[in-house]
Amino acid sequence: MKYIDEFRDPTLASSLLADIHARAARPVRFMEFCGGHTHAIFRHGLRQVLPPTVQLHSGPGCPVCVTADADLDRAIAMSKLPGVILTTFGDMLKVPGSHGSLQTAKAEGADVRVVYSTLDALQIAREHPERKIIFLGIGFETTAPTVAASILQAEAEGLHNLTVFSLHKLTPPATRAILDAGESRLAGIIGPGHVTTIIGSQAWEFLSQDYHVPCAIAGFEPLDILQAVAALVDMAEGGQPAVVNTYSRSVRPEGNRAALDILCRVFETSDAEWRGLGRVPASGLALRHEYAHFDAVLAFPVDPGPTRQHTGCRCGDVVRGAVEPPECLLFGRACTPARPIGPCMVSAEGACAAWYQYGDIGHE
Amino acid sequence: MCLAVPTLIKSIEGDMALAELGGVERTISLTLTPEARVGDYVLIHTGFAISVVDADEAQETLRLLTELAASYPDETNGNLQSTISNQRS
Repeated sequence: MKYIDEFRDPTLASSLLADIHARAARPVRFMEFCGGHTHAIFRHGLRQVLPPTVQLHSGPGCPVCVTADADLDRAIAMSKLPGVILTTFGDMLKVPGSHGSLQTAKAEGADVRVVYSTLDALQIAREHPERKIIFLGIGFETTAPTVAASILQAEAEGLHNLTVFSLHKLTPPATRAILDAGESRLAGIIGPGHVTTIIGSQAWEFLSQDYHVPCAIAGFEPLDILQAVAALVDMAEGGQPAVVNTYSRSVRPEGNRAALDILCRVFETSDAEWRGLGRVPASGLALRHEYAHFDAVLAFPVDPGPTRQHTGCRCGDVVRGAVEPPECLLFGRACTPARPIGPCMVSAEGACAAWYQYGDIGHE
Repeated sequence: MCLAVPTLIKSIEGDMALAELGGVERTISLTLTPEARVGDYVLIHTGFAISVVDADEAQETLRLLTELAASYPDETNGNLQSTISNQRS
């Protein structure tokens, strides 16, 4: 397929790898922020072919994984309200909350529906004017504009039975939080290609300016990721820290202005709770006052009670890159994709799911 | 979650378009990429185009990588290549 096959070319990958092997002298740890990168890295066996000096670690870029228990519990409680249809992306369904999941709520009679797009939630709202449709809004800057666009569409159509529970999160503040914590000792960051398609490569310049950490924005094919690693190795081996855009077929310095305009028209930044990072200032997106009538939190006040932690689950440490999944005692034993305990084993982007599915083919 | 796939725009009606990927057609929204035209490849994320693929930039990236490959002629049939090939799925 065009723009996929060319960026998987084995010959070009080999020369990129040779280049990396020739230059990666000192040991370095890079973090791929995005869970999509984690899965691409495992799927294509890239850890296996990189030199032993280059270590890649997963970051917090899995929206399902970083959703806080209290927020998930609230979503589950909302789904059980009479007349409600809760719509969500599929990954959220199996994530265990304090007392069950959206899937168990559905089994007990709640009307929980998996959608591919917010457009599907809009259609459900049109078809069921007598019902209250809640869209569970998880995702980063890539997804939030699609939700904002759908809210504007609902407003234009006068659809008053659709609300959004906005758990959207912003990636640069989370990256700051990880670097401020100082525990991951990163020599570079592989920047999320599709988030950056929206926010622009300029949004990452704080990494080199404030933290002297290099950043390479990457697409999701093997050549994209290897190019980013090569650029980071270059900078780690004596180059100046900067933001390098290796995904220029999609990412522009200023991002997608149309998407950012729509995003900012509907949402404003707010503090947000992240699994593993705690409360991060200005890292969430709340509906602006003008669109408060679309806010599910205001429309459906619920009290799900105190959260209950899952003993032993180390998802919080995994999303910070502080531990690798096999360091969790539950990994592959009590916690598997069939019976997940933590969200990192549930999501298609979770680090634990990647390690479980593809095995440890690294060189640690 | 942030998955986005390059998809060819076949036709446009208002801010919606018919797009084709691997023989499968589906309706997508162009609300976030009003500059998209028929014949463009766009990256589709949850039913919305989030960017128009820049064909010149893609070509330039591949040209630079081909240049790099020319400086590593011994690697074109090496073990690294076969490892990558085996991992493809």
